[in-house]
Amino acid sequence: MEELFAKPDIRKPENIVYRKSDLMVDRPLSYCPGCGHGTVHRMLMEVIEEMDIAEQTIGVSPVGCSVLAYDFLNIDMLGAAHGRAPALATAIKRLWPHRFVFTYQGDGDLAAIGTAETIHACNRGENITIIFINNGIYGMTGGQMAPTTLLGMRSSTSPYGRDVEHMGHPIKMTELIAHLPGVNFVTRQSVHTPVNARRTKKAIRKGFEIQKAKQGLSFIEVVSNCNSGWKMTPVQSNKWMEENMFPFYPLGDIKVDGKLVEKKENE
Amino acid sequence: MGELRLMKGNEAIAEAAIRAGCDGYFGYPITPQSEVMEYLMAEKPHERTGMVVLQAESEVASINMLYGGAGTGKKVMTSSSSPGISLMQEGISYMAGAELPAVVVNVVRGGPGLGTIQPSQADYFQAVKGGGHGDYKMIVYAPASVQEMSDHVKLAFDKAFQYRTPVMILSDGAIGQMMEKVELFDPIPRRTDEEVIAACPWASTGRPKTRNHNIITSLDLDPAGQEKVNLKLQEKYRMMEQNEVMYEEIMTSDAEYLFVAFGLSARICQKATDIARAKGIKVGLFRPITLFPFPTVQIAATGSRVKGILVVEMNAGQMIEDVRLSLGCKVKIEHFGRFGGIIPSPDEVAKALEQKIIGG
Repeated sequence: MEELFAKPDIRKPENIVYRKSDLMVDRPLSYCPGCGHGTVHRMLMEVIEEMDIAEQTIGVSPVGCSVLAYDFLNIDMLGAAHGRAPALATAIKRLWPHRFVFTYQGDGDLAAIGTAETIHACNRGENITIIFINNGIYGMTGGQMAPTTLLGMRSSTSPYGRDVEHMGHPIKMTELIAHLPGVNFVTRQSVHTPVNARRTKKAIRKGFEIQKAKQGLSFIEVVSNCNSGWKMTPVQSNKWMEENMFPFYPLGDIKVDGKLVEKKENE
Repeated sequence: MGELRLMKGNEAIAEAAIRAGCDGYFGYPITPQSEVMEYLMAEKPHERTGMVVLQAESEVASINMLYGGAGTGKKVMTSSSSPGISLMQEGISYMAGAELPAVVVNVVRGGPGLGTIQPSQADYFQAVKGGGHGDYKMIVYAPASVQEMSDHVKLAFDKAFQYRTPVMILSDGAIGQMMEKVELFDPIPRRTDEEVIAACPWASTGRPKTRNHNIITSLDLDPAGQEKVNLKLQEKYRMMEQNEVMYEEIMTSDAEYLFVAFGLSARICQKATDIARAKGIKVGLFRPITLFPFPTVQIAATGSRVKGILVVEMNAGQMIEDVRLSLGCKVKIEHFGRFGGIIPSPDEVAKALEQKIIGG
């Protein structure tokens, strides 16, 4: 790598095949190597850059692994209390109706402590975009059970695996949200392959376009890995995610243009 | 002279918010303050001034809506009553930490728990000693009339932005519900977005190319950084103590005894003063208007000239601690209180002065 940086003569515009979005702050991310957060950050900033709306965008970061998202995203941001991002975003959008407003939240933040704020912001049809990163675990606090932790899945507070009798069921917030009338677009994506990352980016773009057209709330879940919390290598964790998370949290659009997407028989 | 109206205290709060150029009110119904949002909704402030009024799903949501609005430099307010204010403590702490301006009105009712819907002053400690977690204070105004309900809203917004801090108006169910004559102040136009951006360069309003991105947060994982935040806050609180103390003295120049009371209790003590004076007892009234910053120096000056002080509160003895801290052991200081929603009568208070201070 160092050799590559030592060759400024090859760093010419015509040779660039991949570059960091200018809206990503030039500092190391605080996320574990292999984590999906960095990729979602990048997709989000690329969308804002491509739409040329950085000056009109206000973001709200959560409490959780992405608590410091505002350090990496070079736009105006507010750090919310745990679970309250949709309440902040509601007020911001209503007080600044011409701004683009998004929240970026994890599963503990959005689907446990912030359930009420999430459901009511969605149900009111606030004209905002919610980006929901679901890795089935509390990453930042050290791998505790989340509302989205799968049955049988081990965490530091479900050390023998989550069981229904003692710990209840995992919650499918996204399916729940899809039924609310104020919600225009609901989708579930991932960023573990380039194809999936591109689909996530497309979904985020769609969310911001819906805001632009003032057509209601857009809700984009990204099922992601937590290799540290799951105690796997990044490669193992992505495989585990495909085999275990996706069957319970299937990828794809759930609601488009305010209408629930009809599922095929064999699904 | 401004426009005169006969209004409830809660209505005066709402009308004053519109006139103060408030951009957003976010609230949740709770007795005995529900008239604030009811008045606002009836007034159609979105038509009158463009003000946003939103009924939130909870007090937790409303205070966090305030955080969001305040973080973008807008003038925002909420109101509630004791149980609801308890739910807001987390958000108030975050706003104090992130240095966000906002106005929070507490129309206090008796507690603890669900308590009662009748007036009380039992939330004094919660209001002036921090309330939520962490080392913070906020300016606390204690209106004693419907007129002051209106005046304090305007003042609270000014101070909230001057110091970038949440400000509380600590009222009670009686002042919220009673009707009095109010002289309304002339409306102040709401600021335009451009004016907000110019006045609040710290706010997250959308980053222009000409500046770095603004971040509103109360988080600093580096303890050295967090200590700096705390030192800055403390410096701000010392400035408030120097510059923002407000109080009123009634018949204290020749007083041999003193009532110290805030809000509704001060109104009752005014009448009790007349009753006692009619009996030849030279008593005066000291009324703190700001509960934080507390008029420590001023109480010490007036209090050290008298033989005894009766602190009258609709609680079990909260502000008396600050009166004692102001005067030490120099003067006899006793407390008289009724709780749980009971309003003491002036006769009861005058009698308590005789029994606890003069006779005791």
